[in-house]
Parts: sequence; structure tokens; C-alpha cells
Amino acid sequence: MKILFWFLIIPGFLFTSTVGLLASWIDRKVTARVQWRVGPPVLQPFIDVVKLLGKETILPRTADKITFLTAPVLGLVSITLISTILWVMIADPKVGFLGDLIVLVYLLAIPSISVIMGGFASGNPIASIGASREMKLLLSYELPFVLAVFVPVIKAGGIIRIGELLSIQAQSGAFATNISGFIALVVAIICMQAKLALVPFDMAEAETELIGGPIIEYSGTPLAIFKLTRASMLFTVPMFLVVIFMGGIVLSFPGIIWGILKYVLLLVIIVLIRNTNPRIRIDQAVKFFWGPVTVLAILAVVLAFIGV
Amino acid sequence: MSIKMKALLKSPWVFHLCSGSCNNCDIEILDCLTPRYDIERFGMLLVGSVRHADVLLCTGVVNKLGESRVKRVYQQAPKPCVVVAVGNCAASQHIYRGSYAVGKPLDEVIPVDVYIPGCPPKPEAIILGVVKLLEKLKKG
Repeated sequence: MKILFWFLIIPGFLFTSTVGLLASWIDRKVTARVQWRVGPPVLQPFIDVVKLLGKETILPRTADKITFLTAPVLGLVSITLISTILWVMIADPKVGFLGDLIVLVYLLAIPSISVIMGGFASGNPIASIGASREMKLLLSYELPFVLAVFVPVIKAGGIIRIGELLSIQAQSGAFATNISGFIALVVAIICMQAKLALVPFDMAEAETELIGGPIIEYSGTPLAIFKLTRASMLFTVPMFLVVIFMGGIVLSFPGIIWGILKYVLLLVIIVLIRNTNPRIRIDQAVKFFWGPVTVLAILAVVLAFIGV
Repeated sequence: MSIKMKALLKSPWVFHLCSGSCNNCDIEILDCLTPRYDIERFGMLLVGSVRHADVLLCTGVVNKLGESRVKRVYQQAPKPCVVVAVGNCAASQHIYRGSYAVGKPLDEVIPVDVYIPGCPPKPEAIILGVVKLLEKLKKG
């Protein structure tokens, strides 16, 4: 019962999607201000989702019906689960089990996989191109991302538990204050941009060439679920980095403000990267992630082993 | 008015359906997104896929080849969905009336809710047309 409450209300579905939609409003507003526009009102993402819930849901004749409809739900469930686990850990670092970090890294890949599933199931050639690009992107950024996640584990003495990472950071300062931790954080931020499928790594749903990519055939409720997933990711993935690199959030009065500032810092970095870069091609992205970014990540791992 | 309709009025996503237009109206539609007019203030977004659309902005005179395509695109849009005819061509076939390439006018192919005349209509006129459409929907 308690777990159900955690999952559905706080800090699960309701909390995550509300904060995520607010974050996506900040993203849209800042983008508008950068382009010298006024931008949408605060409630705009909420209105969009409510509107999409009220629209007709169309099943394309060529689509595989069951996969087409379950794919968005899968993504939303996994991202909600990540957020729930993270916040329960933040509230009480002693909860958790050995290896929960590995579970989170796996769960973080599932929203992308749900997009791939939905794209291939919709039976649209453009969606298939988008889904295959998403798959290549997933393969390219997972390697440096996992290497970057290694660094805090090495620094914590090889214990793969988020609670342990949090308590060690609470005693001896955030991992990002070391050289190796900082390099790993930079790598993780670049991978996060690809995970969130934002410019410059949005080639999967490139609006101008693939007109939405994998989600091209979605309408109504499934599209709303995809939008919610995207918004929740905008909240959850930076929170994941805050927890494993930047010391997490302390749920007391001055600590919580610091925690929010850490999240806002990451959000600002995301929005700035998004607004100052063009979209790159998929082959350039694979080269970029397997080349310089992986080298940086390996450097961080080696430095962490040395103890810098 | 239901909450569904209210939300629709606050975030109409626009799909741009160009059928045999000279591209002038299309450029004026894109002008609406520029900082000077910025229709995202009202929650309007230009979407690429017709499955995401709430408003179809139709430009151009519908020629004989385009007729069936326009009909199909309209059928692919999830309902509720409204149609706006932008420009003289879409509204009344303009100078192409009686041409060998031109079949039925747009409003005989699909139901049109609002006409925005002009060759091309100014961005202000397009925004005014959409505002009038929203008022019409508000009344029921």
C-alpha cells in the first residue's frame, strides 16, 4: 500500500510528471526568450497534455496494435519507477539493496527502447528511420554513460548502492569536486542531452526531416503519454546526476534549496546546449560518442582508480 | 463547455496542408512563428505530422490531383479537428477558377470552418482568423 502510494503520488507519477511538465515549461520559455519571443504561459504543457487526452486515438492499419499501444506506457512506467527509487533513496539512504544503481542504469534505457518499439510498431517508414536512428544513438551513448557512472562507484570503494554513494558524499563532499568526478560529470551531461533526445542529438525525431520520427503515427492518449514521459525525463535524468555526482538533496531547510539549485543548474546547461547548437548527423553522433567522449570517460575512470 | 474543448482552445496545434499553392501563403504562415508575432504565446505550435494536429491550415487552390490527397489528409487527422482556408486560392480559387487543372473548391472537398482572404493574407490577418475561429468554437 505504501509502495503504491509512493509510486502513484509522491514521489512517483503525480509529483514527477507535475515537476517535469513545469521543467518543460521552463525549457520552452527560455528557448522563446533566447529567440527574442514571449513564449507560452506557465500552464501550457499541462493544457497540451489534457488536450491530447481528449483527442481521438487513431490506430494505423499497418501497425502492430498491442506493441503500438503498450510502448508509451512502458516508457512512462519505467521513468516513474526511476524517480520513485531516487526520491525514496534521497529521503532515507538506508533503504535500497546491493546493485540498485545497476537497476537504475538499466531502467534509464527503457524510455528510449519504448520509443524504438513504438516507432517500429507503427508501420510507418519515416517512423522506422527515426527508430533506427534512436537505436544507434542508444548504442553510442550507453558506453560513455556507463563508464561515467563507474566513477562514483570506484570513489565509493566499489559499493554499488545509491544510499552508500549519498552517505559518502554527505561526509566527504560531492564527487564532482574531484578532477575525475568532474570529468565524469561532463561526460554524463553530454550523454544526458542524448538521452533526453534534445538538440544537438535529436536526430531521431528531427522535426524538419523526419517530422516527429518514431512518434509520427501517435495521436491522442498515447501521444500524451509520450509527452509526459519526455517531461518526466527532463526532471528525472538530471536528478539522477545530482544524486550520483553532486551529493544529492538534503531534505532539510537550507539543504533543499541547495538541492533545487543543483537541479536548476543542470537544467540551465541542458537548455543552453539545446539553444546554441545545430542538429548533427547520426554518423557524427556515433563518432562523437565512441571517440572523444569515450576517451574522456576512460580518462575519468583511470583518474578515479589512481585516486585523483 | 467541456474541459476537453477548453484545453483544445488553449493549445491548438497547427498542421500546414499545402496543396497547389504558390508558396506565398506558406511563407506568411511561417511568419506567424517569428518573434514579431510569436503565436506560441497562445499555445499554438506548428507540428509536422497530421496525427498531432488540431487545426489544418489549407493553402492553395486544390487541383485535380491534389483533391483525393487533401481528403485523405483530413481523414487522417484525429477529431476534433478544424479547417482554416488561408488565402484567396483556398477560399475561392481566385485567378485559377475555370482552369483545366482545377477541380472542386476546397470547401466542397472537406468542411471548412474559417476563410482568411488575401493574396497572401498578412500574418495579422491569419492570427485574426484563428482568433475568430476560436471565438466561434467557444460559442459552440
